[in-house]
Amino acid sequence: MLDPKIPSGALQDKWTNHKFNEKLVNPANRRKYKIIVVGTGLSGASAAASLGEMGYNVESFFFQDSPRRAHSIAAQGGINAAKNYPNDGDSIRRLFYDTIKGGDFRSREANVYRLAEVSNNIIDQCVAQGVPFAREYSGYLDNRSFGGAQVSRTFYARGQTGQQLLLGAYQALMKEVGKKNVVLHPRTEMLDLVVIDGVARGIIVRDLLTGKIESHAADAVVLATGGYGNVFYLSTNAKGCNVTATWRAHKKGAFFANPCYTQIHPTCIPVHGEYQSKLTLMSESLRNDGRVWVPKKAKDPRPAHEVPEDERDYFLERKYPAFGNLVPRDIASRNAKEQCDAGRGVGDTGMAVYLDLKDSIARLGEEIIKERYGNLFDMYAKITGTDPYKTPMMIYPAVHYTMGGLWVDYNLMSNLPGLFVVGEANFSDHGANRLGASALMQGLADGYFILPYTMTNYLAQIKPNAKEIISRVEFKQAEEQVEDKIKKLLSIKGKTTVDAFHRELGHLLWEKCGMARNEAGLKEVLKLIPEIRERFWKDVCILGSGEEFNQALERAGRVADFLEFGELMCLDALERKESCGGHFREEYQTPEGEALRRDDLFSYVAAWQFNGVGQAPTLHKEELKFEEVHLAQRNYK
Amino acid sequence: MSKKINLKLKIWRQKDHATPGKFEIYQTRGIDTDMSFLEMLDVLNEKLTKEGKEPIAFDHDCREGICGTCGAVVNGQPHGPVRGTTLCQLHMRHFKDGETLIIEPWRAKGFPINKDLSVDRTAFDRIITAGGFISVKTGQAPDANTILVSKEASDNAMDAAQCIGCGACVAACPNGSAMLFVGAKVSHLNNLPQGKSEKKTRVLNMVTQMDKEGFGNCSNSYECEAACPKEIGVCHIARMNKDYRQANLP
Repeated sequence: MLDPKIPSGALQDKWTNHKFNEKLVNPANRRKYKIIVVGTGLSGASAAASLGEMGYNVESFFFQDSPRRAHSIAAQGGINAAKNYPNDGDSIRRLFYDTIKGGDFRSREANVYRLAEVSNNIIDQCVAQGVPFAREYSGYLDNRSFGGAQVSRTFYARGQTGQQLLLGAYQALMKEVGKKNVVLHPRTEMLDLVVIDGVARGIIVRDLLTGKIESHAADAVVLATGGYGNVFYLSTNAKGCNVTATWRAHKKGAFFANPCYTQIHPTCIPVHGEYQSKLTLMSESLRNDGRVWVPKKAKDPRPAHEVPEDERDYFLERKYPAFGNLVPRDIASRNAKEQCDAGRGVGDTGMAVYLDLKDSIARLGEEIIKERYGNLFDMYAKITGTDPYKTPMMIYPAVHYTMGGLWVDYNLMSNLPGLFVVGEANFSDHGANRLGASALMQGLADGYFILPYTMTNYLAQIKPNAKEIISRVEFKQAEEQVEDKIKKLLSIKGKTTVDAFHRELGHLLWEKCGMARNEAGLKEVLKLIPEIRERFWKDVCILGSGEEFNQALERAGRVADFLEFGELMCLDALERKESCGGHFREEYQTPEGEALRRDDLFSYVAAWQFNGVGQAPTLHKEELKFEEVHLAQRNYK
Repeated sequence: MSKKINLKLKIWRQKDHATPGKFEIYQTRGIDTDMSFLEMLDVLNEKLTKEGKEPIAFDHDCREGICGTCGAVVNGQPHGPVRGTTLCQLHMRHFKDGETLIIEPWRAKGFPINKDLSVDRTAFDRIITAGGFISVKTGQAPDANTILVSKEASDNAMDAAQCIGCGACVAACPNGSAMLFVGAKVSHLNNLPQGKSEKKTRVLNMVTQMDKEGFGNCSNSYECEAACPKEIGVCHIARMNKDYRQANLP
């Protein structure tokens, strides 16, 4: 059994007591400690900025050309906090409970409570940074409701909340760059973790413009490298998102937890062709004012406006009257799939349902709808060439977020001492399903308000020696391994492009390990992935050299990792013989078709230990103990 | 409904910053008009790779118009012919069968070329480092609702804060000026109550850095506003100029 190191005491006192009990580093000594932060999304940028402000010597690495490009930028809808400004009964406890329940009782109570606790500090911090959250005419902050909640606790900046929060964190980071507390390494990709005597001590990176391989040592390493949704090839993630940093850390000993917990977002623009390179999300805030429906008759050829009211099935409102269109993401997604599988889907492919804002436009007027969702409507119109003010949008679920990630304890430290993991890259707070507007909250909670404390406690117990440790042979060895792998990739000179392999893997995973999974399908895919991997290493085609800007080579390294990681994801899905949140096993459902958890057998975190490519990994379990909440089947009716 | 079109592409190829570049011509057939511009380049790159020819380097990431990574000049227009649209959100339905497209990188002294269509925009990061922030440390903030911001001020700030830092404004400007980028950030922060105390140093430091990076000055041709994928207005340049003038007064 893994020990999550949860502090003792009452739930609401744990974090306060823990902070008091932690060891401190004298301000004058902090600059002697070097910390590497990989990734500059919400969690990485906020962590690097906060640690820099405290006086640590921080180095920030990212593959994009600027820290502001990280994919947090694309989050649309908003960020949750328990401020209770609308006076509608919200509280830290309610946000905690909603998050635990939304995660289908597969997350850690203590972590989630802490998340709810610091949520309010995040809003304060971001407002002070100048994040232009939506305001009421009085000048006070505005809130809206979001999927999976019955209170309005979501703060937003039009449909670009992630952008504004990331720019806030980015600007805080650049302020520290100016003070020389943080050094940036743009267009630099982490290709390995260096572990010395069981402790994470540095990373191996490649300069993406020159191809130069370099070692960087530190007293602690923070991975803030996001999720692995792109294992499915088509997802709402940016093209560059990848599993490489966390996977290579996993291969060096860090446990990977709950990889089968993937979130399929219900409101995305449907796939339109083979050339499709990514999927675009339409914020689920649209479900506040939009109604989801399909024609009652299968294969109805009529355009939306010709289908009379009584021949429409508003299936979410019908099945879940209490939450209606605002049910959690996994439920909304599965119901859309169910309708399409039954032949009632709409559009050219039949793989779409309507998201109709007609009633809201009639009630509120086009101006107000435009103010709330203008940029989303514009985006939809640009992509599809149709006007959503006139015809209902068509949507279909797409891979969006991954709840699984590297295993971390209460201190956000992995099982490897010195390796911290924050944001989407860790597995910690969302259980088996994440609620809307909670990713931004978790990323910023980790980076601004949790890691700075737990990192300090760790550093206070070690002596800084990054300058000396860099001469250890482990760095040289890791560099050589990275170089060999690149040489090997370039020497194959096969006939199939990197993207073709990625598409093949993604399609397979979407079919067999996507919205619904079953034993036969997972076993089949577990046989097929090693075959694809073998073909990849024999036939992949990468032109150019390793000593230059070579985007195909970058992608090849990432796809090679997805080809290993995908196998672990399917194995985890096979072993978890229950349905919970985003993990829906067809064998385990209630008579009404809802997810059926098996708490007696699976109330644990599955943390996998790497034993070699193609070798069976070792399963370590962390038991989930619920002291405050009563386990129940989620009910959104 | 989608159609298939054929296009002649003249694309700028350049090995690296030090090596001179030149246009290469590529004939592409059967482009689906529902494709985005970058998907069209993906298809071309797949074809080139299979033919043993090195694919075209271009920067891109989110492909939904918000990260600001992508960008190229298409027939003389940054991000192509459709207003308020990044290259990744530009769809091929806006082009005609048989058309010739000239595709080149941002061209400006402040943006050295890395390779093909990829340019170095780290100058923008250095301008932000010079003053594009509010100096609040983690933990210092008061309760969010103690800072009242009128809806109008908040909306104006948001209009400016939408900038995605793509650099199209610089590429569009005959002087290679970054005034719209810098103006948007100055206007966003200087007009909020939280940003008032650093108002003067912010504008002075950012403008100084902008000049140091080799960006030109504004001569009111307004090409930047026309090219901006977020349609940020030149009024923000006026606001910056006002703050700059005031900051220089004794």
